[in-house]
Amino acid sequence: MNNFLFTQPFFKKNGKAVAIYFLVAIIFWFVFLVIIPQFYMLDLSFRTNVPPLARGGPEDYYTFEHYSHFIFGSKTATDAFNFVDLGVFGRTIFVSMLVTIANLLFCYPIAFYIAKIANPSTARLLIVSLIIPFWINELLRSFALRILFANEGVINNFLTGVGILDQGILFITYDIGLYTGLIYAYILLMMFPLYNAIESLDINQIEAAKDLGSSSFRTHWRIVIPHAKPGIVSGCTMVFMLTVGALATPVVLSSPNTLWFPQLIYQWFNMNDNWSRGSAYSIILLIVSVIFVLTMMRIFKVRIGEIIK
Amino acid sequence: MSADVELSDVSVTFGSFYAAKNVNVKVNGGEFFSFLGPSGCGKTTLLRAISGFQEPSEGKVLIDNKDMSGIGPNKRPTALIFQNLALFPLMSVSENIAFSLEVRGVSKEERKKRADELLELIALEGQGDKKVHQLSGGQKQRVAIARALAVEPKVLLLDEPLSALDLKLRQRMRTELREIQKRVNITFIYITHDQGEALTMSDRIAVMNEGELEQIGKCDEVYNNPLTPFVATFVGENNPLYGKVTGIEGDKAKIETADGQYLATMNESKKLNIGDESIAFVRPESLFIPRDGDNFDNKIDVNIESFEFEGNLKNFYASLKSGAKIKFSVPNAIDTSSITSGSSIVLGFESSKSIILPKASLAID
Repeated sequence: MNNFLFTQPFFKKNGKAVAIYFLVAIIFWFVFLVIIPQFYMLDLSFRTNVPPLARGGPEDYYTFEHYSHFIFGSKTATDAFNFVDLGVFGRTIFVSMLVTIANLLFCYPIAFYIAKIANPSTARLLIVSLIIPFWINELLRSFALRILFANEGVINNFLTGVGILDQGILFITYDIGLYTGLIYAYILLMMFPLYNAIESLDINQIEAAKDLGSSSFRTHWRIVIPHAKPGIVSGCTMVFMLTVGALATPVVLSSPNTLWFPQLIYQWFNMNDNWSRGSAYSIILLIVSVIFVLTMMRIFKVRIGEIIK
Repeated sequence: MSADVELSDVSVTFGSFYAAKNVNVKVNGGEFFSFLGPSGCGKTTLLRAISGFQEPSEGKVLIDNKDMSGIGPNKRPTALIFQNLALFPLMSVSENIAFSLEVRGVSKEERKKRADELLELIALEGQGDKKVHQLSGGQKQRVAIARALAVEPKVLLLDEPLSALDLKLRQRMRTELREIQKRVNITFIYITHDQGEALTMSDRIAVMNEGELEQIGKCDEVYNNPLTPFVATFVGENNPLYGKVTGIEGDKAKIETADGQYLATMNESKKLNIGDESIAFVRPESLFIPRDGDNFDNKIDVNIESFEFEGNLKNFYASLKSGAKIKFSVPNAIDTSSITSGSSIVLGFESSKSIILPKASLAID
């Protein structure tokens, strides 16, 4: 058995020590960090919510009740559907999509500028100044935005102080603070894939298009964007997935009247002590987001393999 | 439709560095014109100035007598073929060729028709649906030419487009380029560091060195009557014989070198006076091993050091008494079996085949 394993090309090529390290690391990562926790969560989501002592007892059985709660609400509810949770969910997906698009629109010109127009020293300076603010953690960045956007915050005080407005704008109430925070939270995950993709484009391609009479807009549309598509897709995927699952930013910045779906999940787990329902909601979020991303990729004709390029 | 291209006192500076300095040249409509020079001599900068990617720091670029300053590359009647061709890898061959029409809003059918015409011109009929990476090097080359010709530019600019090809293909593409130029009858401006390319294809060439024009003229003119030691040694090979002028007889000058006196022809515009430091140039193919009855103006004693076989020629490397080196070539058809390393022989050359110029630095220095 041992001999069989060690004669494999992988072992011959990398040597025993490296090969064993790779195997152990990958198995540990995959089995302990991905498969087992997700599998337990999946299992939990189909079980009744019982105290630890009652586990394995007659009250602990498999059920769809948590999933049906998401769609139809509690058994005693009068509404046909669980409009509250479905609404939070739909809004989370929809806003995340807008946040992703906003990120793409923000980042594309900047990434193009850094990759193709700025001279190398300016480009380095810009990249550093993009990265450094992200040394501050997400929670602190969100609170900083809250200070800016609060009803008696920096912006409102300035606007009313200067006399542009009589009354401050309710940035937090209308979730403007939240959207700004969400756009800012994962912007680098859009910026760097875009930058890398555009950077790898031969400058002669752009000049050739221009020389053939193409306007700037058309050069981007026909040459730069098609080339950068893998970067665009991988940036959009990461930003969307992380935004859909964001917790810290919504906790700090969302208006008291609205919820972000992960906040709902958090409530089931921590405040209502219903891990089964929390798990079910997590699984729903995961599956719907994955389906959403795959559908988008199909619409824009991108294959998974292209993202890794 | 072809157009004249005129560079009038064009200088391009990057900081304090002159990439091109006071360049004056007029390329005639329908001409195949080459800028020839070593890498870094500023020829690509000039091409970018003509195409509009680089505004001259001083002077003007005129196309069809129209000042091009402030007009971008997408608005000029020029098309540029890049050194690496810059074909669009994500588009088909036809889409590449018709790109310039697409950006001008030409309808799909019209584009297809024009692409097919051009595919025929470059002998790639029926290959329009292929992707660029499915083509061979020579085919890519031709697609790049077709793409540039699609808008019917008045001037085609070529930036060493043959440098990536292997020797045989390069030679074939020279002929092909020349033929395409005759067929479409537009001005071709070609950039190269390869004097063979420039000489075989061009009507006229301009030799450049360190941002300045050294000489403009017909190919044989430049080859036979170089105006500067740089041109003499950059275009083709040349043996320099350093010395001082000791006598003038009409258009001939006598030069005294460490190894003897030679008679050489002066250029009309580069008259010399007695006592001037100068260089007489004689090409390897103009040095002969005298046979009975031959009577050359100049004789030169050499000691053979080594020789190499090139195919059609045999090249001999020899030294003079002073230690100066000299190279001469003998057609393979001539029997040279008696000449071996170490043998001392006398070579002859005609004063009419030797050019004498004021001393200046050579291309190989």
